[in-house]
Amino acid sequence: MELPGLTISKIHDSLVKKEYSALELTKKYLEQIAERDVAISAFLSASPESAISQAKETDKLIFAGKKIPMLAGVPCAIKDNILVKGLKCTAGSKILESYEAPYDATVVKKLKKEGAVLLGKTNLDEFGMGASTENSGFKMTRNPEDLDRVPGGSSGGSAAAIKASECCFALGSDTGGSIRQPASFCGVVGLKPTYGAVSRYGLISFASSLDQVGVLASTVADAKMIFDVISGKDSMDSTSIELPKLSNPNFSIKNLRIGVPKEYFVKGLDKEVEKTVRSAIKKMEAEGAKIEEISLPNTEYALATYYIIAPSEASANLARYDGIKYGLSEKEDKLLDVYLKSRGKGFGAEVKRRIMIGTYCLSSGYYDAYYKKAQQIRNLLREDFKKAFGKVDMIFTPVAPTTAFKIGEKTADPLSMYLSDIYTVSVSLAGLPAISVPCGRANNLPVGLQIIGKHFEEHKILQTASFIEKLVI
Amino acid sequence: MISKEEVEKIAKLARLELTPEEVVKMQKDLSEVLDYFNALQKVDSKSYISSNIPRGNNLRKDEGRHRDEELVEKLLEQAPDKKDEYIKVKSIF
Repeated sequence: MELPGLTISKIHDSLVKKEYSALELTKKYLEQIAERDVAISAFLSASPESAISQAKETDKLIFAGKKIPMLAGVPCAIKDNILVKGLKCTAGSKILESYEAPYDATVVKKLKKEGAVLLGKTNLDEFGMGASTENSGFKMTRNPEDLDRVPGGSSGGSAAAIKASECCFALGSDTGGSIRQPASFCGVVGLKPTYGAVSRYGLISFASSLDQVGVLASTVADAKMIFDVISGKDSMDSTSIELPKLSNPNFSIKNLRIGVPKEYFVKGLDKEVEKTVRSAIKKMEAEGAKIEEISLPNTEYALATYYIIAPSEASANLARYDGIKYGLSEKEDKLLDVYLKSRGKGFGAEVKRRIMIGTYCLSSGYYDAYYKKAQQIRNLLREDFKKAFGKVDMIFTPVAPTTAFKIGEKTADPLSMYLSDIYTVSVSLAGLPAISVPCGRANNLPVGLQIIGKHFEEHKILQTASFIEKLVI
Repeated sequence: MISKEEVEKIAKLARLELTPEEVVKMQKDLSEVLDYFNALQKVDSKSYISSNIPRGNNLRKDEGRHRDEELVEKLLEQAPDKKDEYIKVKSIF
């Protein structure tokens, strides 16, 4: 078997036809990790023993002539901020370097129930805070397309692992673009579901009103299969809900009304990226879709709004790392010193910066000017989308203003790194689903097209993305 | 530019120990980011309420739930300092 080009359905067919066993496949992926990951560093840890025993379970079923689920025996990777029972879960942070997950995240439980094989945990920017995976407390992941470039972030390890054929698919998390932007940079598919479509139980919290678990895969069809497995209401996450049935699940491209927001094609967008995205839109028009220029007038305020709300929530969420309950603990005589020293030593520079920004924005005297203002503008942004979706079915935009940038290019200037999220944060603030689908290349690097849908219309954007996938080949 | 004292005050509120070098860097970084945030002040957003709860209450019953012993043990195992089944905390005063 050749690993590049393998998809879930190809693996499923081969397993059922007994062309190879799940064990052989898993071993092949583990070998690939051992060989390729020296250069890529997509994984923080591999879990060969449990992966092999999971593969053997699937082989037993096949041997017994039982029907197996689609994901059975399919090797995958999990972003290291999602809990897998018995495995280390670091969130890319030194403060959790020795933390072992005591239970499975709901999404992991669901994957295991389907028989998926978990190969290991992938690298990320510490607690998901970053757009390049350079902020990991452990190592830097490289883009398989060009080893001198970043894979994007924060789910950079997951995206790179798929691109390097070190796994068939991966789970990631997206707070402001952390699935979509690395998918775009590495040339894979990345789906950020509607807020509430997938349970967050067992995802290490960053910004709870924005965090969402999602999927990275090499094809749209794979992404859809995984999304169908992991989505749904979970009693352990009160914000999760059952997906409403679509009133019109089958639609034709000819009747599709696609909005293209003029505010997304402005200064700062790389000319080559713009050309590639526009050419994909043109192809959709040639297929009969109606392209309409729309306006999302408050777009220019989205990034500032996001960088107030997300760090504010993070500063509260990360208060739990106190050196008392779990994680790094510095031995001190006074309680306050335990807090100060454990956190001062355990958190990296970007996490400290965000905690400081969040604490500042929530502190007495500044709350109204920053946090409250940002919450109000968040509602304006939601209204923008609501109005736009009165006229169009879907919105097409670039995923990121550039292709994958060079390692070290943006680390000295935090604000320049934040700008990498400019096209993805509005979607997160409005809680909408969006997918990044490869739509061509610019500067000899992959470019993703972002398709934004109405709440809970994942299947529509997936169907459209699948159409585009075939169109641009 | 945010003052050194202001950075130190926020760091203490956030329970973060910063080195003198980190304080200087934070002065610069925070000032740049806060300047960027100031663009929001010109937006007229007063008429928009700041509530973010679109779907109403979704609360479970307030009652104790049984968790299996293995999970409790695993959770306790992670605590750096404990006595029997209790996590030890330094005295507050």
